Amino acid sequence: MSREHSPGMSVIVKMVTRLTAWVILLYGIYIVLNGHLTPGGGFAGGVIIALAFVHSVLAFGKDEASKIATKAGASMVEALGAILFIAIALLGLSWGGFFVNFLPKGTPFDLVSAGTIPLSNIAISLKVGAGLFSIFLTVTILMKSEEKK
Amino acid sequence: MIELYIILGMMIVGAVIAIEVKRLLPAVITVGSVGMALALSFLLLKAPDIALTQLVVEIMAVVILIRATLNKDVSSEYYDYRLLGGLIGIAFLVLATLAAMSAFRDLPAFGNPVMGVSWFYPLNAVGGSGATNVVTSIILDFRAYDTLGEATVLFTAVIGVLAVMRPRGRKTAEEEAGAGDE
Amino acid sequence: MNAYLPYVMCIVLFCLGVYAVLAKRNIIKILIGLCIAEYAVNLFLILVAYRVGGRSPIFSSTDVILPDVMVDPLPQALVLTAIVIGLATTAFLVAIAMRLHDRFGTYDITKIRELRG
Repeated sequence: MSREHSPGMSVIVKMVTRLTAWVILLYGIYIVLNGHLTPGGGFAGGVIIALAFVHSVLAFGKDEASKIATKAGASMVEALGAILFIAIALLGLSWGGFFVNFLPKGTPFDLVSAGTIPLSNIAISLKVGAGLFSIFLTVTILMKSEEKK
Repeated sequence: MIELYIILGMMIVGAVIAIEVKRLLPAVITVGSVGMALALSFLLLKAPDIALTQLVVEIMAVVILIRATLNKDVSSEYYDYRLLGGLIGIAFLVLATLAAMSAFRDLPAFGNPVMGVSWFYPLNAVGGSGATNVVTSIILDFRAYDTLGEATVLFTAVIGVLAVMRPRGRKTAEEEAGAGDE
Repeated sequence: MNAYLPYVMCIVLFCLGVYAVLAKRNIIKILIGLCIAEYAVNLFLILVAYRVGGRSPIFSSTDVILPDVMVDPLPQALVLTAIVIGLATTAFLVAIAMRLHDRFGTYDITKIRELRG
């Protein structure tokens, strides 16, 4: 009965995914926030965050995972990331030019330093992660509707 | 740098296997392994930022490619090449390789880059932008226009995928409406 | 020749990818060839930027690093963007290939020319 509604993987995979999806999400957030100190940055961190959601969709099946991450939500987060990035760029106009780094620079090797670079990293990671997740959802929804036929 | 040559050789062997094998699923998995070897070679070439990005992007690409070939795993019973295109391709590529090998005389030798423009970036990264990762300060402070262009390209690709896949859903809804009317 | 051998191997990899695009009938094989050509171009850019005995372009808080032992950071910034754009291109082509399979029932591009639906 419940096997027809949630065609995910077996029980062992679901139990392990409940632990590992959060670890992958935390690792992605760490890579994004420390982008100006260690290798990484917005692109790699955004892809890792998208992979955490992909992991839970693949293990639990589409129907159960749609309670957390829907396609409309992914579109809104992606647009939010793009708007945030352009807002940071336009705010630099009042300090001398497009994309000027206008926040105080701080001391090197601190987590809060380097002006607008951490904010830009967060905006880029939202955009890339949500975009890739919506691409993945589109490709898998087609498979589901084809299996119904 | 003997390790670099070994990994480049393995990548060439993997590419040959991925192109010539008959079924689709092993070809996709072999392309995944070529991408992983590429990430390893980026690490040997002292570019850790790029190695991390290539690794996770390769995983995402293999996931999407396997979704395309999962229920449609065709094994080719026919000859899997076009004869005329193959011969013209091989002729052009031999000529291109010979031309490239003579153009390589003008490149600097492997290991001594000509840093004409990029002396500016390591010297001014900490003072001019406050970040200690020079590559991040390039893509988000000194050359942020390129990142804006990349975000636009990614946005366009997402819209393109949604636009290509949409008539399938509309056709299914119309068929259901037609079956409901009858 | 030893100074140019990595470049030559990179060109061989690129030629393999372009050969697959030109000479294969299955559209997924064409896509695989495009991916391999893309890997070769990114590898070439990073090969140009390598310095023998160099260091990765990140300052450290525990060592004092002079900026002139670093490898070239500018091609690395360009390749970072190019890798993500390559993923977007691959995903888009996979979507087109799946639509073609729904419409025509095959991945063979010579048959897609004949069946004009």
